[in-house]
Amino acid sequence: MNIKSQKDFFSGVMFMIVGGAFGWGSYSSYSVGTGARMGPGYFPLLLGVLLAVLGVAVLLTSILAREEQADHEIGSFAWRPLFFILLANLSFGVCLGGLPAIGIQPLGLIIGIFALTIISSYADMHEFSFKGNLILALILSVGSYLAFIVLLQLQIPVWPTFITG
Amino acid sequence: MDLFHNLALGFGVAVTPINLVYAFVGCILGTLIGVLPGIGPVATIAMLLPATYALPPVSALIMLAGIYYGAQYGGSTTAILVNLPGESSSVVTTIDGYQMARKGRAGPALAAAGLGSFFAGCVGTLILAAFAPPLTELAFKFGPAEYFSLMVLGLIGAVVLASGSLLKAIAMIVLGLLLGLVGTDVNSGVARFSFDIPELTDGIGFVVVAMGVFGYGEIISNLSVDPEDREVFTAKVQGLFPTKDDFKLMLPAVMRGTALGSVLGVLPGGGALLAAFAAYTLEKKTKLRPGEVPFGQGNIRGVAAPESANNAGAQTSFIPLLTLGIPPNAVMALMVGAMTIHNIQPGPQVMTSNPELFWGLIASMWIGNLMLVILNLPLIGMWIKLLSVPYRYLFPAIVLFCAIGVYSTNNNTFDVWMVALFGFIGYLFVKLGCEPAPLLLGFILGPMMEENLRRALLLSRGDWSVLVTRPLSGGLLAASLLLLVIVLLPAVKSKREEAFVEE
Repeated sequence: MNIKSQKDFFSGVMFMIVGGAFGWGSYSSYSVGTGARMGPGYFPLLLGVLLAVLGVAVLLTSILAREEQADHEIGSFAWRPLFFILLANLSFGVCLGGLPAIGIQPLGLIIGIFALTIISSYADMHEFSFKGNLILALILSVGSYLAFIVLLQLQIPVWPTFITG
Repeated sequence: MDLFHNLALGFGVAVTPINLVYAFVGCILGTLIGVLPGIGPVATIAMLLPATYALPPVSALIMLAGIYYGAQYGGSTTAILVNLPGESSSVVTTIDGYQMARKGRAGPALAAAGLGSFFAGCVGTLILAAFAPPLTELAFKFGPAEYFSLMVLGLIGAVVLASGSLLKAIAMIVLGLLLGLVGTDVNSGVARFSFDIPELTDGIGFVVVAMGVFGYGEIISNLSVDPEDREVFTAKVQGLFPTKDDFKLMLPAVMRGTALGSVLGVLPGGGALLAAFAAYTLEKKTKLRPGEVPFGQGNIRGVAAPESANNAGAQTSFIPLLTLGIPPNAVMALMVGAMTIHNIQPGPQVMTSNPELFWGLIASMWIGNLMLVILNLPLIGMWIKLLSVPYRYLFPAIVLFCAIGVYSTNNNTFDVWMVALFGFIGYLFVKLGCEPAPLLLGFILGPMMEENLRRALLLSRGDWSVLVTRPLSGGLLAASLLLLVIVLLPAVKSKREEAFVEE
């Protein structure tokens, strides 16, 4: 047995696991009911089983295919952009909402924008300019303040709570 | 002629200076929120609803309607320029629109979207005025079984959109349907798959999935390749307006899109969205002219048709609201709210009891469309300039707008954590070669499908055959089966692969 398409093989595995999990979850935790009286578990169980079956089919095609497809390898993961983009997003969330569980106060939109811009710029593996990104963060801060706070009047904390109270 | 008399009455109401100002404000706000990814018309209308208490009812509804179709225009702009569908109905526009932008043809793509939408809007308004009463009769014939089958057809249509394997596309739809089911079950009140997290009982937000999978996933995979072969805009920008050849291709596509959109928009349940998908599918089935760019690589018809369809659909989706009082989507549900605030009971009686409101709203839609074209065509030059910003400055800005948009829909940091998770999932999809567009459609239709299947089977006492024995429902299912067979036919299959493989 050799795998003709890595992408398809692992997609199949993914669909099988997710479909199985949804199916098992809806069967074990919610009442399934009958067609005429569907319980909350009926439709998800149906879809979960369907997804798992589709997963098996995708997996089989990746093994039974006659020839190797072009561009079938998954290749290495780009951990650096993945890590920094998601970290930038998470730190923006922490700045806006704080983390009450460990006593971090909200720092507000402006600090959040600077944190997000600077952290996400590390995701670029090839070009990097700290000064350029500081200027970008400044432009984005002013622009976002005008667009979201002044014009659209969104309810977002702008400044740290220890200043505004 | 009743029609002209009525339209004259409507224009008399709409072309007062004060109502023109409200239509204009609505259009500008709508365009703005459409361009900013994440902040959809639902959130904006919800926020502005209290502000309209003080306005006269006609002006309030005119402004809210302006926001609605302004957002449709604006949403297509980001779909074309940065591959972010600002609106669920512009998901299809990203496929060819973004490819056009990458080849330096963002100008013609934006113009095609704008002009196509305007044409569709004009036709949609006329249809709304002329056929509102008879078209509602058709909607009456649709029971839950028909809706379920219609959604199956819509989903199978979406499969044709994916470039990879059919099986994977169908699996992605099912995955989307499942994700759409997360949250409280409307029937039993049971919170499904919420893992005891209170925020998850409301379900996963559309914005969260769209921003995570399309926005973050795309950015991460873009950053992982060398700047030289990045999927950004290397080609020189050629021309702001479509050429003569472009117009020749656009015109029939716009006509077909408008026709499809007008019909599908009447049906409750995301008419505009289904219309965009259906129009694109239809264009792909027509033969390519010699020398024409294949679909998926920046064909102007792939922008013009769905954009006209979703605008026509947006217009005719007012029909069930104004005539039956049934809101076909979330925005329309808010419009019902706005009407009841002003003591107007939506339903068939609006046309007779408040004719100046009914026809004034219809006339203002046409005026709003005209304003949007005038507003948007000069802006094209400005949007194009945006593309000359280096990617290393563009991507933090996109990440920021996604994050703000996600946060502001619910003012909740939980959605910010969720979008990070979906960003990871989106990147995983890129790596595994799974197309995200079918997933998103399934995600939107999931709860609606369950509800209609549940009702259909309740009425038939658990007998599944009701789906095929009712003629309309059976016809729709047969059509989806036919579509599936056509796509699977060896000849079409190889053509389809060819169209996507050759670079």
